[in-house]
Amino acid sequence: MPDRAGAAHAPHAANRPPVYFRLSASDALDALRRMHRIRRFEEAAEESYVRGLSYGTMHLSIGQEATAVGICMPLTDADAITSTHRGHGHCIAKGADLAPMFAEFLGKETGTCKGRGGSMHIADPARGNLGANGIVGGGLPIAVGAALSAKRRGEGAVAVAFFGDGANNEGAFHESLNIASIWKLPIVFVCENNQYAMSTAIARSTAVRDVADRAVAYAMPGVIVDGNNFAEVAEASFLAVERARAGDGPTLIEAKTYRTRGHSRSDRNRYRTREEIESWKQRDPIAAFEAEIVALGLATREEIAAIEDEIRAQMAAAVDFAMASPTPDPADVTRDVYSPRRD
Amino acid sequence: MSEAMRELTYAEAIREALAIALEADERVILMGEDIGVYGGAFQVTGDLVERFGEDRVIDTPISELGGAGVAVGAALTGMRPVYEFQFSDFSMLAMEQIVNQAAKIRYMLGGAVNVPVVFRMPTGSGLGGAAQHSQSLEAWFAHVPGLKVVEPSTPHDVKGMLLSAIADPDPVILFEHKLLYKTKGPVPEGDYRVALDKAALRRAGRDLTIVATGIMTHRALEAASILAAEGVEAEIVDLRCLRPIDGEAIVASVKKTTRLLAVYEGVKTLGLGAEISALVAESEAFDYLDAPILRLGGAEAPIPYSPVLEKAAVPQVDDIVAAARGLAQGRV
Repeated sequence: MPDRAGAAHAPHAANRPPVYFRLSASDALDALRRMHRIRRFEEAAEESYVRGLSYGTMHLSIGQEATAVGICMPLTDADAITSTHRGHGHCIAKGADLAPMFAEFLGKETGTCKGRGGSMHIADPARGNLGANGIVGGGLPIAVGAALSAKRRGEGAVAVAFFGDGANNEGAFHESLNIASIWKLPIVFVCENNQYAMSTAIARSTAVRDVADRAVAYAMPGVIVDGNNFAEVAEASFLAVERARAGDGPTLIEAKTYRTRGHSRSDRNRYRTREEIESWKQRDPIAAFEAEIVALGLATREEIAAIEDEIRAQMAAAVDFAMASPTPDPADVTRDVYSPRRD
Repeated sequence: MSEAMRELTYAEAIREALAIALEADERVILMGEDIGVYGGAFQVTGDLVERFGEDRVIDTPISELGGAGVAVGAALTGMRPVYEFQFSDFSMLAMEQIVNQAAKIRYMLGGAVNVPVVFRMPTGSGLGGAAQHSQSLEAWFAHVPGLKVVEPSTPHDVKGMLLSAIADPDPVILFEHKLLYKTKGPVPEGDYRVALDKAALRRAGRDLTIVATGIMTHRALEAASILAAEGVEAEIVDLRCLRPIDGEAIVASVKKTTRLLAVYEGVKTLGLGAEISALVAESEAFDYLDAPILRLGGAEAPIPYSPVLEKAAVPQVDDIVAAARGLAQGRV
């Protein structure tokens, strides 16, 4: 269990972070539920891998939950997101059900993508999640396209492009920010800077100190937030989304965070120290959020314990559902390559 | 004589199709470099920006990856974008979005979505563009499940196929040979559709089948006239659709003529001709063959600049005549 002693450092109610003037106690508890769902989902994924039950690769976002959930706070199902290879958290934060997600993880026909996508392509188009992506930077131009659609429709919808620090050196990042800026599109670019692109530390890959500095080149605000601090992330997201909905154009948010697990299954953690990992584990975003909402009187420890039990039960049911689900029929290997003919 | 159908150039036929689609469907938008006031590198979009406005005829920065990706994302969220590459060579910068994303999103998401985007690609040599403005890369795209790939050879077909492509729920790559833009032909008024999966028989003949695409269809027809004067009757199948490929039309023709010559501008090795040949070799038409299958494709070289070399790099009418003559006379 993470260290829960963070309560002592939580802000006094008089120093209430601004986002809590927007959020009710039930909003805060809902956000906490989503953070726990992400954590439990990824722990279950890890366990199923260790037990030899899952097949392909996976990328865990444990330690980054506050960013995914905080960013999605102002979004509705009408707003689109594009996600990354480390995308379980974004999908859950956007409202996806755990059972079809875990079924997808196990390659089952009942999965979100009917077993065709797996962990790296988990999606939920009905709730606006256009999909995780196996190509670093691949989702950025697609999100800009979704923002172009939203602008043309004129109904106030926005798009959010999640990407990692590694993507900020892809051409797709630069082309996307430029296009979104010149066309003043309703989009928020969210860089989850978890310090490492696989093994390459950001200082070794990126000419500027902060990814947010790149915003200057594309004439949009560049905002840095503590990605492990839910309130900071959520407030930045509300402001950027309001700006986008008002027709004032894009924002780049850089959330500084850390993945406490390795890049993927193959990672032997030879590029960082145990001490560094431990120091970030002390800054666990879920424990910090819980301490904060208790200190602000938005939740009690009993309510939080009840939420934990509730989510554990949800996750257990999701795993059971996935395990019991049928695998795809091999005869269907070419199904859904093209849309059905409409003669 | 009844009133002849009006004639349009190939470029005018494309513009007319785009205008019909823009008029009929608010979701249709055009994107590309210099397609607005400039009118497009080959003057295809012409005055469309004046008729439909900058919100629907959208000049993009020189950002092929970003621009193509924006088109993919817009298609995924309800628009019907038609993205113009100035030259098909430039699509190499956007392969990520076309091949990794557009072609696969529907499948990766278990059929929950579709990507109705059209990529228009001016292709081929013959204008002195040299190695980076003259390639024929059709086979690259035709290799990718999830894409539909077509190459119309006439103004009639390009209008009907482009209208079909815009209405199609899946990504379509439309190759337009640059030498065809100024060619004229009969084009019906209004909206009509040409299928995206059917070849066309352009000339009936008994002695051999020539399967050709794009500009090569015209060269094959010219070659057929020369051959006819020598008593050799070539049947010309205009492939039109590369993915899906109309194997039935090829097999039926070869069963009739018993000889096959595939003519295409792309590099010969591992190209379109290999698929056409294999398709016949694997079919019941194999037993009908009276001669080996021949391929006439582009040289194993980049397209050179000097007009002498440029001509030598891709099949010309004389090459087709010589190959067909040899095949028909059993000299292969």
